[in-house]
Amino acid sequence: MELIEVSGVSKSYGGVVANKQISLKVRRGRITGMIGPNGSGKTTLFNSIVGYHPIDEGSIKFEGKEISKLRVQEIARLGMLRTFQQTRIYGKMNCVKNMLISVSHRTARFGDMFRPYSPELEEKAEHLLEFVGLYSKRRLISGDLSFGQQKLLEFAMALMSEPEVLLLDEPTAGINPTLINGLIDRLKQANEEFGITLFVIEHNMRVIMNLADNIYCLAHGEMLAEGTPEEIQTDQRVIDAYLGAH
Amino acid sequence: MKQHSQHLIPGLAILIFSLAAPFLFPNYVFQFALLWLMITFALTWDTLGGQMGYNSLGNIVFFGVGMYTSALVQIGLYYDIGEYTAAYGAILVQYDMEQYFTGLIIGLIAAGLVAVVFALAFGTIVFGLRGPYFAIGTLGVALAAGELVGAWDWVGAGSGISMPVYPGDPDDRALLYYFLLLALGVSTFLFLMWLYSTRFGLAINAIRDDEEKAEAMGIHTKRHKTVAWSVSAFFLGISGAIFGNMAGFIEPLEVAFPTITFGIFMVVMCLLGGKGTLWGPVLGATLFHVVKEVTWTHLLGWQWVVLGLLIIINVVFFQQGIIGWAQDKWPERFGIIVEDDDALLAAQDTAEALPDKGVG
Repeated sequence: MELIEVSGVSKSYGGVVANKQISLKVRRGRITGMIGPNGSGKTTLFNSIVGYHPIDEGSIKFEGKEISKLRVQEIARLGMLRTFQQTRIYGKMNCVKNMLISVSHRTARFGDMFRPYSPELEEKAEHLLEFVGLYSKRRLISGDLSFGQQKLLEFAMALMSEPEVLLLDEPTAGINPTLINGLIDRLKQANEEFGITLFVIEHNMRVIMNLADNIYCLAHGEMLAEGTPEEIQTDQRVIDAYLGAH
Repeated sequence: MKQHSQHLIPGLAILIFSLAAPFLFPNYVFQFALLWLMITFALTWDTLGGQMGYNSLGNIVFFGVGMYTSALVQIGLYYDIGEYTAAYGAILVQYDMEQYFTGLIIGLIAAGLVAVVFALAFGTIVFGLRGPYFAIGTLGVALAAGELVGAWDWVGAGSGISMPVYPGDPDDRALLYYFLLLALGVSTFLFLMWLYSTRFGLAINAIRDDEEKAEAMGIHTKRHKTVAWSVSAFFLGISGAIFGNMAGFIEPLEVAFPTITFGIFMVVMCLLGGKGTLWGPVLGATLFHVVKEVTWTHLLGWQWVVLGLLIIINVVFFQQGIIGWAQDKWPERFGIIVEDDDALLAAQDTAEALPDKGVG
């Protein structure tokens, strides 16, 4: 069944058509990939899905419910989270606090603002920091961590929130090649063990081919191809788009 | 309360000294009262400016609104406000003890509540602004408020209002207002200490660090911003009511909405002590007040130069303020530590026993 269903979505910035009649489906419990050359409209589509900006036309459904008119926070509280290409964490707080504030706000009522954090949540935060390998640095100010570590922290924060679906914008960009294998394992683990559906933008072909069940390829704001990793790898249009033969 | 234990000893020492101070130094009661007013200013400014990253230059509005609210309540309970404030045709005004205190108590409560209503109203307008635009927007609100009240005849316009006269001994009056400001300052501190220890504290810190990320994570940002401003406004409103009564005479520009003195002092005191920390505003307010009063007494004519110099040294060399500087210098004292990976397993067992040493 489809968790996210995008149909006929277009978005322009002034004269630049960033997305043109894009349709795609993200299936529950799977890992869906999205590739495409720089400037092909991948991040614009992510932004449209999470409600960062209004779309010009089309429809976006989450669990069968139209969400294209909802605001960012409302969509996040439905259980759809995204990470950012330029990693975003709370830079002046330590890692544990970054984790605690990421506890889901889905059911937060007014009075919940003034509740303390339970020891169970603190334990969970530390457990997830251990999962991404940041346990020993948990008391450091997160802004002082390296870029790669911040990326791992952002991923752990998203897990803390227990989303239904996680949209990851280039999760391995800027991460040390030896750490990338570890990250792929953790993404798969998040998908299999925690049951989180993943929708991943990625430039690293080795990563996305290893990770995704199904891949969409964008070029010039249009949907170019869709298929399994094997199909995408052998698709002449995809190869041309990446090599610039058009 | 484990995480609050680090505040216990300095807190108790300050409290004991403050309770004894007016009797040990009877000539300085007014100065000590002002010091507690300054601490309340700095603490309430820091809620937005330090903890939430919204640099407001208009918080003084709530001080003035509280001051005028309590004046109108205290007068309105027993007299016709229009007659009381009229420049000509003065009426005879006389309060007895019971009337005075009834008016004062109701006035203080009303001051806090009306300030909150103003915060809710302004919040819907100014929280659409971010960064420097928020600072300028709030500054505009503060300046406009002073001018508007100054043109409003019913509340005495520019010529102000003489507050009800305390019907007792002047020394008792001085002590009364000292202890009211002390109680307010201590309550503000304790309330904020509790507030920052809840989820609310982390949420406004998150808004400070990256509001867009906070939105993307589903935090109710507007709700948190409005509550933070209302908390500030509540305590500032009451402080305005107490100060108005202590001063005895209120008028819009110099007493109720003094944007370029009290309004700026709030900001400077937080920057000096270290914004975004619990003790920074207290430390900054104390240091600032002492420097200000000493230079006013001993370097008259140069006092603004000295204060300016203090601000320049602060901004150039200690941008994070005294507490922030100490945190950079001795991070391990503030619990900012790397734990050895070898110690990881051992640490896991004791993780719960480790006290949270963060100052904020």
